[in-house]
Amino acid sequence: MEVKQIGDGVYEITCGTTHYREVNAKVRELVNAGAQKVILKEVYGQRYIGTGIKGKVKIEVHGTAGNDLGIFLYGPEIEVFGNAQDGVGNTMRDGKIVVRGHAGDVCGYGMRGGKVYVEGDVGYRVGIHMKGYKNLVPTFIVGGKAGNFFGEYMAGGILILLGLNRKPGEDIVGDYCATGMHGGVIYVRGEVPKRYLGKEVKVFEPTLEDMKLLTEELKGFSEAFNIPVDEILSEPFTKIVPVSARPYGRMYAHRWGIATGLIK
Amino acid sequence: MLFKKPQVAFYPFMVLRDDYKCVRCKSCVDQCSFDATYYDEDLNMIMNHHENCVNCKRCEAFCPTDAIKVVKNPSTFHPDANWTPEAIRDIHVQMLTGAVILTSTGNDKPIKNYFDHLLLDACQVTNPPIDPLREPMELKTFIGRKTDQLQFDSDGVSIKTTIGKQLELEIPVLFSAMSYGSINLNLQKAMAIACREFGTYWNTGEGGLHKSLREFKDHTIVQVASGRFGVDLEYLETSAAIEIKIGQGAKPGIGGHLPGEKVNEGIAETRMIPVGSDAISPAPHHDIYSIEDLRQLIYALKEATNYEKPVFVKIAAVHNVAAIACGIAHAGADAIAIDGVRGGTGATPKSLRDHVGIPIEMAIAAVDDRLRKEGLRNEVSLIAAGGFRSAVDVLKAIALGADAVYIGTVAKLAAGCTQCQQCHTGRCAWGITTNNPKLAKRLNPDIVAENLYNLLRAWAHDIKELLGAMGINAIESIKGNRLRLRSWGLTEQENKILGVLPAGM
Repeated sequence: MEVKQIGDGVYEITCGTTHYREVNAKVRELVNAGAQKVILKEVYGQRYIGTGIKGKVKIEVHGTAGNDLGIFLYGPEIEVFGNAQDGVGNTMRDGKIVVRGHAGDVCGYGMRGGKVYVEGDVGYRVGIHMKGYKNLVPTFIVGGKAGNFFGEYMAGGILILLGLNRKPGEDIVGDYCATGMHGGVIYVRGEVPKRYLGKEVKVFEPTLEDMKLLTEELKGFSEAFNIPVDEILSEPFTKIVPVSARPYGRMYAHRWGIATGLIK
Repeated sequence: MLFKKPQVAFYPFMVLRDDYKCVRCKSCVDQCSFDATYYDEDLNMIMNHHENCVNCKRCEAFCPTDAIKVVKNPSTFHPDANWTPEAIRDIHVQMLTGAVILTSTGNDKPIKNYFDHLLLDACQVTNPPIDPLREPMELKTFIGRKTDQLQFDSDGVSIKTTIGKQLELEIPVLFSAMSYGSINLNLQKAMAIACREFGTYWNTGEGGLHKSLREFKDHTIVQVASGRFGVDLEYLETSAAIEIKIGQGAKPGIGGHLPGEKVNEGIAETRMIPVGSDAISPAPHHDIYSIEDLRQLIYALKEATNYEKPVFVKIAAVHNVAAIACGIAHAGADAIAIDGVRGGTGATPKSLRDHVGIPIEMAIAAVDDRLRKEGLRNEVSLIAAGGFRSAVDVLKAIALGADAVYIGTVAKLAAGCTQCQQCHTGRCAWGITTNNPKLAKRLNPDIVAENLYNLLRAWAHDIKELLGAMGINAIESIKGNRLRLRSWGLTEQENKILGVLPAGM
């Protein structure tokens, strides 16, 4: 590991095969000492980059970001020049992650704030159990296609799937999309055949309100990857929302249910 | 088919009221939260819907003239060892609802309690017992990873080895995870106060940490479960330790499910979900499908908190618990919490509560054995949970190989619980497992904190008396010391698993 200062508050760390624990400790140390930007070079799958830091610091990752990039993220902005592995933005609260490449499985798991933009494809179970509460609303945008269980158990937030640059015949999303979804909203560019969807959701045409929201949310993505918003919006979108905020309300009963009207 | 619903026709409990003693004060009507009691103005009588009575005894406790007795309905079904009233009633519920039966308060089936078959040793003549009233007695327990060996400086006194973060307990007893939502803030606050006063820890459960309880940071274990409710960097930092919940004794293998109607403003804010939305914890953590993945989350938590917090992993005691526990130790956990088949303050499907898991006694013995054989025992602490009733149970668990014990039901009992098994309904008449503001205020956190403190004080002294009788003056010396246990009425196989000799040997 090699650390050098290359500007005012800007540091460069050449990671190579250094263990993540040392790299992350160094990043935290630099940030605590007032660094504004940390550039990580030669990243070979180091895990947990960006975690445990509060504040608006910028982190650049050159190479392949390892698992759980930005887990519990609380403010930093991370930009990956390359691919990221599993768990990007896992249980993230605030900040921004831009991946200029593909990302792996379970990205955005339990995410409750901030933005994640992935230029390419994502793996399975992306956006699983995303949440939203009042003004804490997370946004996860996927430029390419997604694997199975996209938006599974989703409880809040905004999940957008664009499917750009697909090869002919490639599906935009895998099976069991939005299974168990009970909150939030998914927008997909193009159509999603019903057989791919979980039974807890319904498909709608986006309203004017939805389009306003989409345009707003896509701005950041458009800036990050230099794709005009109009071009993205040139195809109609599909809106996926849950039928009920209580999908399993009638699955359970108890003897005392008479007084509650549960036993009719 | 039937004139009345079977639930209305054949109810398990009834409220007997002595009309001569009843003064029509209607306090029973006010107190009943299950709609089992009402006042009939025309008759000037207090009447009952017996079918709604759950035997919580709140009306009995509040009757000023002792006019009420809640009793088992003497009219029962035909005696049948197979078709018990419970079996028949379950059919009645399911035929009308088509739903899984929910219940709570832990396994109520007569599963053999091995603690009741273990006896402790005492000193006679050849080595003297110790009097804990006049001689020092050490209950202090440290939870966390211990090193393989200690290295000393050249002076031979100062220790060179750095020991990882430890939790310091004044009694080897901690309060088990019960989330805000399943119980209310008053009980969480009472536990937090008692822990701060006595020197032990309480556990938030998976529902996040309410802002009013942040001041108890140094005595709080925060839980991270599959739903990740209320989990963010600040939450992880506001703790003494972090616990990853994989499973719990009340419902091994399934997730949690707080129904939407229980999610009020405070719970919504703490869990970071909208008001009225179901809080669903999936059965697995979807980022954990292997021991390696578990290691990934353990180290994510350590990285996020700069290696300042011990990380626990809680699992339910299942058939291959020993192998799993070894995996958890290898994965880097500082402590393993194991919840046995009797565990269960949680709302759970009845079939899981009563039939899934193994007794905690067997699990402690098996895990302790395996960790020793693999040379891992010093690397993790072992916290046992699941139906602990007394200081004696605690001591026997420690003698079998646990470091400390989690108690949950005991805390509820100290808050007034009568074990009526209705936690999941959110109507708890004692104000414990409800967030209905009218009911929740029945629980005074300061009084309950005092009760809990008294309880810990009593158990601490109880343990000291027992240790003294054994001629031991530190809890450390009884840990895993199964030679000081004897069994009665167990088979050879059971003795082998527990690693104890039968009485007389």
